[in-house]
Amino acid sequence: MIRLEGGFVANLGKVYGLYTLGFLGFVILMGILEAAGVENTIIGWMFVAFTVLIYALIGVLSRTMESDQYYVAGREVPAVYNGMATAADWMSGASFIAMAGGIYLKGYPYMAFLVGWTGGYVLVASLIAPYLRKFGAYTVPDFIGTRYGGNLARFCAVLILVVASFTYVTAQINGTGTVAARALQIPFEVGVWIGLAGILFCSMLGGMRAVTWTQVAQYIVLIVAYLIPVFWMSNTLGYGLIPHFAQFEAVGRVQELEALLGVGTLLPTAEAQAEAGKLAALTVGINDASESFMEKWKFFTLVLCMMAGTASLPHVLMRYFTTDSVRNARKSVGWSLLFICGLYLTAPALATFTKLSLLDPNVATSIIGKSVSEVTNLEWIQQWSNVGFLKVVDGNGDGIVQINEFFMRGDIVVLATPEMAGLPYVISGLVAAGGLAAAMSTADGLLLAIANALSHDLYYKIIDPKADTKTRLIVARILLILIGAAGAFVASLKLTSILGAVAWAFCFANSGLFFPLVLGVWWKRANRAGAIAGMVGGFGAGAWYLYMVQFAGMTPWIGIDGLRFGMIGMPVSLILMIVVSLMTEAPDAETQKMVDEIRIPSGKVVTNA
Amino acid sequence: MSTKKEQHWAKTRSLTFTVLAVWAVISFVIHWAGEGLNSPSFPGAYFMAGMGSQIAFAILVFWFASRQNKIDEEFGLEEK
Repeated sequence: MIRLEGGFVANLGKVYGLYTLGFLGFVILMGILEAAGVENTIIGWMFVAFTVLIYALIGVLSRTMESDQYYVAGREVPAVYNGMATAADWMSGASFIAMAGGIYLKGYPYMAFLVGWTGGYVLVASLIAPYLRKFGAYTVPDFIGTRYGGNLARFCAVLILVVASFTYVTAQINGTGTVAARALQIPFEVGVWIGLAGILFCSMLGGMRAVTWTQVAQYIVLIVAYLIPVFWMSNTLGYGLIPHFAQFEAVGRVQELEALLGVGTLLPTAEAQAEAGKLAALTVGINDASESFMEKWKFFTLVLCMMAGTASLPHVLMRYFTTDSVRNARKSVGWSLLFICGLYLTAPALATFTKLSLLDPNVATSIIGKSVSEVTNLEWIQQWSNVGFLKVVDGNGDGIVQINEFFMRGDIVVLATPEMAGLPYVISGLVAAGGLAAAMSTADGLLLAIANALSHDLYYKIIDPKADTKTRLIVARILLILIGAAGAFVASLKLTSILGAVAWAFCFANSGLFFPLVLGVWWKRANRAGAIAGMVGGFGAGAWYLYMVQFAGMTPWIGIDGLRFGMIGMPVSLILMIVVSLMTEAPDAETQKMVDEIRIPSGKVVTNA
Repeated sequence: MSTKKEQHWAKTRSLTFTVLAVWAVISFVIHWAGEGLNSPSFPGAYFMAGMGSQIAFAILVFWFASRQNKIDEEFGLEEK
């Protein structure tokens, strides 16, 4: 790799091809070691250590002291690789660890996340990303600050970015902690700090350049880790070679079983649920699609909030600042979506096949309908009960495990699948490495988005415009460490579940930033006063509503709960932005000309920070 | 502003509206049917949410990118 450094970008196919082969070779080697009798814990350690070392190595090799490299990876990332990096940046611990489990436990309504988190890229491609690439900003607040002018607009954007991204990053550091704790058999709090150390190694020395090339490496690990168990299950359960096609037949079988076992009718007794605490029994069918107006409305609002959030989260948008052209920024959005689909198309199949493994009495691994003593003696049941991820409570005391007596945390659908389906431990190690890659890559992107906004927009543009490049990059790195440490500290307090915090981040971002970004490109008349009103009003209204619903005990209005508070923030932001813009003076001719320049791909970038 | 740029923007805008219209159908209209997509022989609602919409989005983005490139080239405003 070092030899290729000169022509690194020209040799990407070779480098990552070799890397992928090397990784597969490593997996096979671990398989051989396992067969030779090496202990599981050691295999778990090797997986984590090997992958994190590779990422750290890429991070160190990509170190830079040039601001163009540090902030936007030199604007030379090809569309396909930027797509891969975006996919890793995008798919967080929540996507990797929690998504399939959510579908498993909550069924069809949960699949709104799948639709929202992919469809948002249509908005990114058509409304925002190419124009921001042409603009040539280093950060998202950089665009807001220059388009609308003035430090106040820039500061508002920085503030919203920090709140949204920080909410998100604590969830990711939490995710690294969970996986590291499991794979390495260490306490969660220690896992959090080890995870943080790995994350900082990847991003600190090389900024966006280092994060880009580690994210590509992380995508490869996470997608391999996600796909292998699902393919394995589809084949061993006899549904077919390709799980994505085989899943529909399996859904039919699952629905038969659900009716038979009383999913949705046989609910846990109050005492059993009290004993299980936060763990959940399966009470929703895999394909109970929306029927009532309220169910349809909730699906719609969740999809909309996640989409608009996708199009306003700075750590995603800034990935498109790194492509070599506007043309490739657009194409890169398509590649991102394809690479994301690699995982998102697989998640429902994983949920379905896991259901079959657990529910189908014809399958050896099933547990529902077996005796309690037999089930609680299974090794994987014991392991995961010990760490509080699942619990068998014999509610009716008949000694048989019914559907309403098996409680679990959604996360184990991914984390425990290999053990559940009786796969060798090496697959568990692989899945742990994948989960770690997913959480680390997203945390990297988020931490960088926050630190860059603070160092570039707050420190350089507002506080000390005369600072030289070296000082700016040192400030950026110090901020990165401080924010990472703060994130790890908050994560170690375990305030919300992974997914709660993730959905909040999307709603914070869309409440405050969606319309100022979109109208900044699409409505020339939008001005500074309007943008500030839109950001402050939308974000304020959303945050107030979240507080009232989540903490002050207010009854949600028409089903708009804490996951969907963007439904309050966004309209407030839009209306305020339009009304205030129209009540105040139109932007000056120079700003209008700048907007014209953003709208055409040819010519120089508008700003060069 | 020259008329060339105005025409380019008019075409860009109508392409974007087309994309957004298709996007709205795939995102919202179809899923509003919910249970209505399911039939006894095929789990249509599960298919659309878990696979159909996502693939349609990816195709839509690539289609948009190529159409937009053509518009840019038509007016000579592509990157050189």
